[in-house]
Amino acid sequence: MAHTEYREVTPTPAIWLIAIIAGAFVAAAGLAVLYIEEHGHIVTGMTNQIVWGLPHVFAIFLIVAASGALNVASIASVFGKIENKPMARYSGLLSIALLAGGLGVLVLDLGHPDRLIVAMTTYNFKSIFAWNVILYNGFFVIVGAYIFVQMLRNASPKLVRSVGTAAFVWRLALTTGTGSIFGWLVARPGYDAAIMAPLFIIMSFSFGLAFFILVLGTTFPLTGRFIGGNLIKRLGRLLGVFALAVLYFSAVRHLTNLYVAEHGDFERFILFSGNIYSKLFWFGQVLMGGLIPAVMLLRPAEKTTRKWVYLASILIILGGLIHLYVIIIGGQAFPLEIFPMYEVSSSFFDGAVNEYSPTIYELALGLGGIALAVLIAGIGVVALRILPMTLCDEDIDPEAVDF
Amino acid sequence: MKLPALNTKSVRPAELNRREFFKSGGAVATVTLGTGVTLMAFGGDAHANADAGKRWGLLIDVNKCASDCNACVKGCSDENGWKMDGENPETDPQWIRKVDLKHKQTGREVSMPMMCQHCEEPPCVDVCPTGASFKRVDGIVLVDKHICIGCRYCMMACPFKARSFVHEEIEDQKPNAPRGKGTVESCTLCVHRVDKGGEPACVEACAKTGHQAMMFGDLNDPESEISKALLAYSSTGLRDDLRLNPGVRYSNL
Repeated sequence: MAHTEYREVTPTPAIWLIAIIAGAFVAAAGLAVLYIEEHGHIVTGMTNQIVWGLPHVFAIFLIVAASGALNVASIASVFGKIENKPMARYSGLLSIALLAGGLGVLVLDLGHPDRLIVAMTTYNFKSIFAWNVILYNGFFVIVGAYIFVQMLRNASPKLVRSVGTAAFVWRLALTTGTGSIFGWLVARPGYDAAIMAPLFIIMSFSFGLAFFILVLGTTFPLTGRFIGGNLIKRLGRLLGVFALAVLYFSAVRHLTNLYVAEHGDFERFILFSGNIYSKLFWFGQVLMGGLIPAVMLLRPAEKTTRKWVYLASILIILGGLIHLYVIIIGGQAFPLEIFPMYEVSSSFFDGAVNEYSPTIYELALGLGGIALAVLIAGIGVVALRILPMTLCDEDIDPEAVDF
Repeated sequence: MKLPALNTKSVRPAELNRREFFKSGGAVATVTLGTGVTLMAFGGDAHANADAGKRWGLLIDVNKCASDCNACVKGCSDENGWKMDGENPETDPQWIRKVDLKHKQTGREVSMPMMCQHCEEPPCVDVCPTGASFKRVDGIVLVDKHICIGCRYCMMACPFKARSFVHEEIEDQKPNAPRGKGTVESCTLCVHRVDKGGEPACVEACAKTGHQAMMFGDLNDPESEISKALLAYSSTGLRDDLRLNPGVRYSNL
């Protein structure tokens, strides 16, 4: 493998344009937050029934994708695949950017974002949310250190490997914590399952890698640098395996629930009721976000092009957002089963399927989180020596057989 | 009824020092608004007045609860200042509500009030990241409005849909029940009354109608009326399968 040269990116007009667009989205999110703060959450689509809405879908998607974006770096440092090493810095930077974007959305949707300092200083250690605050903050520190040691002159490979391993273990803990936000909710039949943690881990592998592939494929041409087709296709094959793994874990989750009589009504609601959630589940999550991209990515390599890989990555990201929408909104839309065997009604929507129509403010906040991640990643590659000058296939691994 | 003894023991050890700090500063910092609305919500006095020897609870006789009666709900609304005008039913808080039930097999119809069940093992307290959601040593589950960040995780966790989020600015607050936009709230078991030896407004309102469907008292005191009733008649806690041991129990359900 040839020596890798990293250089700061010189902003081109195209990069400035992306920065301005991303900045506009962040500004729109800021305005939406001010509006919600002024009037209260009554201007959103969230209610006392659907208490977590579209902002949480975006926030949790970004947080899950953040830990997955570290895949490529982990594969290089922890599992010794040196052909991934030139991308490791960028992988780390993108994971930090995505986490910052996700946390930004999560915090700004709070009823009291002004009390962030309370959340940072007052902990109830029985709460997985409190642990997540620590896990999120720790992720910034550890991945920051990981990027730093990679950029050190003459850093020993042993040191890079140690810090990389710590980051890998931390990101597994982080996604376990994120999945457990739902897995440890005993009250609702849609959650309350240990499989939520590993499901979220495998979702992170898939969504994060999809994001990384797209950003890689965009950044290199924009900065006039070369990226090899084989490299993209190899990452694409890995993504295809992850997409299938997400389908597998989802299948196990729903089959287990179907087996338990008390969760039967919920499963029928999500899978077979013909409502928005079952349509999103089958067409959005399973077909568009799982089966189709898996087939695109895993079919014989000679038939695949990098454009197919990019398209499949986009489908996986859209399917991922839908997957989280079904989990988060669908899980709340189904009424709480306080009185099994009774038909229930009340002025507080007991026993009723809960409606949710997100408003433009929630969408603006969510998209602002993605834009913030793009901005942070962009500033990172302009300011630091993150991106290699080339990711040409011959430089990475001259011995590799062409796809 | 005897006044509960002063007890400063906290069930939130992590909170102790900060709480002590707020309490000492609170005497100076407490701001009186208009007709006596105080910013010192339940973080200070209410917690200090809790008696560790007691466990306050309710027993609701479903057979005595009339389906066309809403007195308990109105009593709570009047006492604590949350409106029940039905303008925004999806976002308006409801600290207590009437639930109508029809058994799917037998067709038996009943009506009963639902509110915070003041669990011994409250999931809302477990999940709250800052400890704003807390249980007093006498079993009353409350929200400390000062450190509630409005994340709504407690609302996700509550099996009884007992909590509401304040979606808009609140006017005409009651001095005994300070509330705030962007925080979560629920039935306080009228802690301000209980700490003065009284009973919750819903129980009082129910008694005034003559239905006598609600009984309040100390579950730990074998001589209390509620304990004797629980000993004599069968009752059930909602979602007993979760083993949360709610302080609110229902008979004839």
